[in-house]
Amino acid sequence: MLPLLVLAPLVGLIILNLPIKAFNRTLFAVVGLVLALGQIALVWANPPGFLELSSPGGLVLGLVEDNLARIMLVAIGMALAAAIVVGHETIKEESRQRSFINLILVSMMGMNGTVLLTDLFSLYVFIEITGVASFIMIALHRGKDAIEGAFKYLILSAVAGALMLLGVAFFLLTAGATDFSSVSGALAEGAPHPGIARVAMGVFICGLFVKGGMVPFHGWLPAAYSTAPSGVSVMLAGIATKVSGVYALIRVVRFVFAQDPAVSQILLILGILSIVVGALAALGQTDLKRMLAYSSISQVGYIILAVGCGTEVAMAGAVFHLFNHAVFKSLLFSNSAAVEQQLGTTDMDQMGGLGTKMPITSLTATIALLSTAGIPPLSGFWSKLIIVAALWHAGLHGYAVIAVLSSLLTLAYFLGMERRAFFGKVTPAVANVREANLVLLAPAVLLALVTIGLGLCFPYLAESFMVLGRDRLW
Amino acid sequence: MSGELLSFYIAGIALTLISGAYYVVVTTSLVRTIIGLELVTKGVTLAIILAGHLTGRVGLAQSLVITLIVVEVVVMVVAVGLVLSAYKQNGSVDTRLLRNVKG
Amino acid sequence: MCDYVIELILLGGLVLSALWAVLSPRLLRSVLALALASIMVTLLLFRLRSPLAGVFELSVCAGLISAVFLSVISMTQPDTETSVNKENRERLRRYWYLPVILVLVGLALCRLELPNFPLAEEIGGSVRDVLWNVRQLDLLGQIVILLAGAFGVVVLFKEWRNER
Repeated sequence: MLPLLVLAPLVGLIILNLPIKAFNRTLFAVVGLVLALGQIALVWANPPGFLELSSPGGLVLGLVEDNLARIMLVAIGMALAAAIVVGHETIKEESRQRSFINLILVSMMGMNGTVLLTDLFSLYVFIEITGVASFIMIALHRGKDAIEGAFKYLILSAVAGALMLLGVAFFLLTAGATDFSSVSGALAEGAPHPGIARVAMGVFICGLFVKGGMVPFHGWLPAAYSTAPSGVSVMLAGIATKVSGVYALIRVVRFVFAQDPAVSQILLILGILSIVVGALAALGQTDLKRMLAYSSISQVGYIILAVGCGTEVAMAGAVFHLFNHAVFKSLLFSNSAAVEQQLGTTDMDQMGGLGTKMPITSLTATIALLSTAGIPPLSGFWSKLIIVAALWHAGLHGYAVIAVLSSLLTLAYFLGMERRAFFGKVTPAVANVREANLVLLAPAVLLALVTIGLGLCFPYLAESFMVLGRDRLW
Repeated sequence: MSGELLSFYIAGIALTLISGAYYVVVTTSLVRTIIGLELVTKGVTLAIILAGHLTGRVGLAQSLVITLIVVEVVVMVVAVGLVLSAYKQNGSVDTRLLRNVKG
Repeated sequence: MCDYVIELILLGGLVLSALWAVLSPRLLRSVLALALASIMVTLLLFRLRSPLAGVFELSVCAGLISAVFLSVISMTQPDTETSVNKENRERLRRYWYLPVILVLVGLALCRLELPNFPLAEEIGGSVRDVLWNVRQLDLLGQIVILLAGAFGVVVLFKEWRNER
């Protein structure tokens, strides 16, 4: 069942690219949608299990499906579904739409592979796959800014990849193999050459920091998010960066590096830096997408902070916040797509009184922003609460306080933006817009319902996110 | 392998990596950035094979390197595509003209 | 020291080629230096018991990538061939740090006291075994990324030729 998740998009890809005239762009989108939603259904229906593929040589490949992977798969399915719908509505040209869906399927394979694998080098390969698909998609319309954004992302991503590979080389030296169990073995208590292994770990993690867009390695992120076409931003911000950087970090730090104290300390510092820098930078932005990009940096900081803390509760909070962030960022970028389509710009200075003209978009955006800021009873409130509580319990009082203050800061700038753009006076640019059509609104509405639903039902669902710390399947 | 030779190998790898990284950071031409990236890749390739040689896992190291080369080639081709598109848009591959998008 | 003259020559050649690639003001020379560095790496790989990887490196990096670079240079011709004197002096100002850094780092590293490693036996199976039996997921990854590259070419190159 598990290889299916990686192979199904491949099959879909091959079928879609057969030279059959009847395939129009809607069919492409529908197939993509089926695969993405099917992924969610598949995870829901199957109990967790560990799949081993054994090979003639007697060696075992690992694909793992623990709770963390399942949550990620659902998030991937959701964000990609939203991206496909948004892409279908905003990319009108036939061949571009086809390329878009093709690349979405490639990134689906890349991301599914990343969350399911148990080998450091294969992790690199599939992260690069996701990356390559992202670069191409950012430059889909080949506009001047988009090419620049894509190139910056590419260079930094490639350098990060090289760092990861250096780490792999060092691990090869000490562990003799690159799969998770061997590498854990090399870092464990009685292993030979612990020094080299620790250097390897550090180098590898630095690579992941760049990929995930954490301060101070976030240079490429705002450019990439804001210059990408709308559908691509949904995918990029919603899930691709999360999987490549943050998920990989969680998986590696928690399971492979066994929560090394030095690493945890670095994560705490970088996390808090990301939160504060992201929040402050978002304040000064006039472009909607750039503001959302800096907000992403800030929210990822919360996740990293929790990972650095390391307790079971903190990890659960981190994963929950990751999931929530995928939901509300996809939602916000879908809204941004709707606004961009109707208004023709994402410059917030020109937006005023959108609430009256685009009521549903404004409502769903408000829900997402409140969830990001951590207002009850939305899901964002719960995940932030867990993270702050976990930090407090672990004695990291200072960090907890800064996290809460930054949350208030987030609330402040979001409310400020809300007031101006959605509820203020109707500016001339906005005077003639109408609400976006139903199809474009659908992902926004559905994702908003997910945020509300998760928030209300959280006490019952807490279990599903909590069993992370206890899984150690190898 | 004697310790002395090993230190020379490490020096060689490190110097290649530094050259490549320096090039990527300092240069003002998009094409040269890609050359720098290629140099970094060579350093990493050598590092992986060296690790394989020292531990005797020659087959594994070579498999990793082969995959690595394929991945890098694709990334490079995409980079070249972006550079050519940029050239078509701007008439130049100078990075100083591309400071449009902040951040 | 006389045992490994070949390695020393190759390593020295590698570093010098890298340096040449970085410092050369003419782009064509830079690409040539890159190809030369690839050849050095290939020969080093042969010395490190990795002939298959060496052949791959040679054909792909020294061959394919150089060809790609040459075509890029020819397509961006008017811009990349200029080497005005003023620009040269400015370049030199930016780049002179590099040889200094390299010499310092190189000297520091060469003096490292490292233990001797006996020649380790080849374990873990031949390349063919490993690639097909153990690292099947990597193979799948390669196929997928090649597909991605193909789509990239379609998106980035297709209309460009027409519009040109």
